[in-house]
Amino acid sequence: MTAEDLLAAANRKSRGKRPYFLESRQTEQVLSIVMAVAQELAVLRERQDTLERILAERGLPGAAEIEAFVPDAAAREARGRWTEEYLARILRILHQDAESQQLPSEHSAEDVARELAGD
Amino acid sequence: MSEASTTTTGAAVSAAAPYSGPPDYRVVGRHAALPAPSHDETARFNFLTHANRHLAQRVLPGVRTAFETRVEPRHRAETQRDFSDRHEVRRALLKDPAFQVWSALRRNTMESRQQAGRSMVLRQSEALSRAVGALVADDPRLELDPSLPMPRYVAAIDHHCMPGSYYTERFPSDVGAAANYDAGLFITTGGALGRYTDGAGWGLVQWMRDREPDFRPRRILDIGCGLGHNVLPIAMAFPDAEVVGVDVAAPMLRYGLARAKSLGVSNVRFVQGNAESMPQFADGSFDWIQSTMFLHETSYPALRAIFRENYRLLAPGGLVLHAEQPQYTSEMPLYEQALRDWDAFYNNEPFWTRLHEISLDEYLIAAGFAADQLVHGDVAAIVDPEKIPEASGATSEDYGRRAAWHITGARKPRAKERTP
Repeated sequence: MTAEDLLAAANRKSRGKRPYFLESRQTEQVLSIVMAVAQELAVLRERQDTLERILAERGLPGAAEIEAFVPDAAAREARGRWTEEYLARILRILHQDAESQQLPSEHSAEDVARELAGD
Repeated sequence: MSEASTTTTGAAVSAAAPYSGPPDYRVVGRHAALPAPSHDETARFNFLTHANRHLAQRVLPGVRTAFETRVEPRHRAETQRDFSDRHEVRRALLKDPAFQVWSALRRNTMESRQQAGRSMVLRQSEALSRAVGALVADDPRLELDPSLPMPRYVAAIDHHCMPGSYYTERFPSDVGAAANYDAGLFITTGGALGRYTDGAGWGLVQWMRDREPDFRPRRILDIGCGLGHNVLPIAMAFPDAEVVGVDVAAPMLRYGLARAKSLGVSNVRFVQGNAESMPQFADGSFDWIQSTMFLHETSYPALRAIFRENYRLLAPGGLVLHAEQPQYTSEMPLYEQALRDWDAFYNNEPFWTRLHEISLDEYLIAAGFAADQLVHGDVAAIVDPEKIPEASGATSEDYGRRAAWHITGARKPRAKERTP
């Protein structure tokens, strides 16, 4: 039993044709992926909550210290920078689409392949 | 407001009101065969339990609104008539964005629940098999029949999107299918069946005690018993009775006996067999024959055979009871019928829709039961409110998954009653 076998077994589909409900199959697949990411975020959130409570139980900095924490100016700026970059990374495709709108016309790789072959 | 609720990571907007969500998976009742989830697997189950509750309580009402304000008026405008049946309602709903997105999320949540359960079970399936084997090896209360053919109604499609269904064994003595099913019942029902998902069984016990306080069954048969979660309360409530659970799926039976023994229930046998024909039992062998949420996973021919076999196996004066979600009657709104059909078409329960449209009474009478001996009743899950107070929070309708059932059954006349 390889790792790949186990991953495949865990992800096996059930017998019976899967119904799709949204007008686009791809949109429904994206919805499923978004819900899976949301699920894993909830898992991480619960894990962090556990960690904070364990720390607090042992008299170490935990949830209360997190709530009371006041970042200084440098920390606020670093966090701001991180959040800016994070959003830019997540929304990259929108920015690149906007960038392409600025260009009157662009070659596709297929165009270039024909050009390079001298067709 | 407690100190903890004010200092936890990110204060909840609902912190000023009593908690109304489902229970944490950690309240689930432990037994020796139950797979042990990691911290993150538990958190994943919690998310999925909440997702099911949220879809039922917060998203599904919007589907009804869409039906009333968009789907039904459009149908009337286009056809100049009302909907004729539940299928027409469902097909109209399929075109509405509210129903589409609720359905897509509900289907996805079921698939995610299966993935979460299977991935937890697969990593420990050998250990589970060993733990179960240690409990059931050489125990005569486990009677398997590897030659039993899997009926078409089980083999054709994996019920409730459960990959491999109840019966697939990935290696000899595998119990993974049962372990995944056991873990998942809590998620799908939001704990409404109790810590041991046995609330239906306790409901049946209470119903029987109220209705037949002097009933002292000597032998009880549970057909389609699965891992025995519905029949264990009956066995515990009637400790002097011999109880037999029958199912087609070996992993469920193996796991079921280990689970029963681990929970200290010793008067149950688990027998691999098909409820349509159980020649290993003599005529009149049982005083009580029970099925709980089983008939909807069979077929019309199977139903006829099962009821005939019920009649044959009942002792004179004995009772057969089948617990299912309510039948579709003309009093039930077509919208409700269409929503109840969702699991049939989109959660791989194909016979569900056909079972609920017939008169079970007529099938019982055709199998030999007398019209004046039919039994009807309603049973709700009984859950210990101290152990799992959140179970009562599931107040809204989640069609077909509510922890309440209708009983249809019959009493076989005593011998003297049949003599003119």
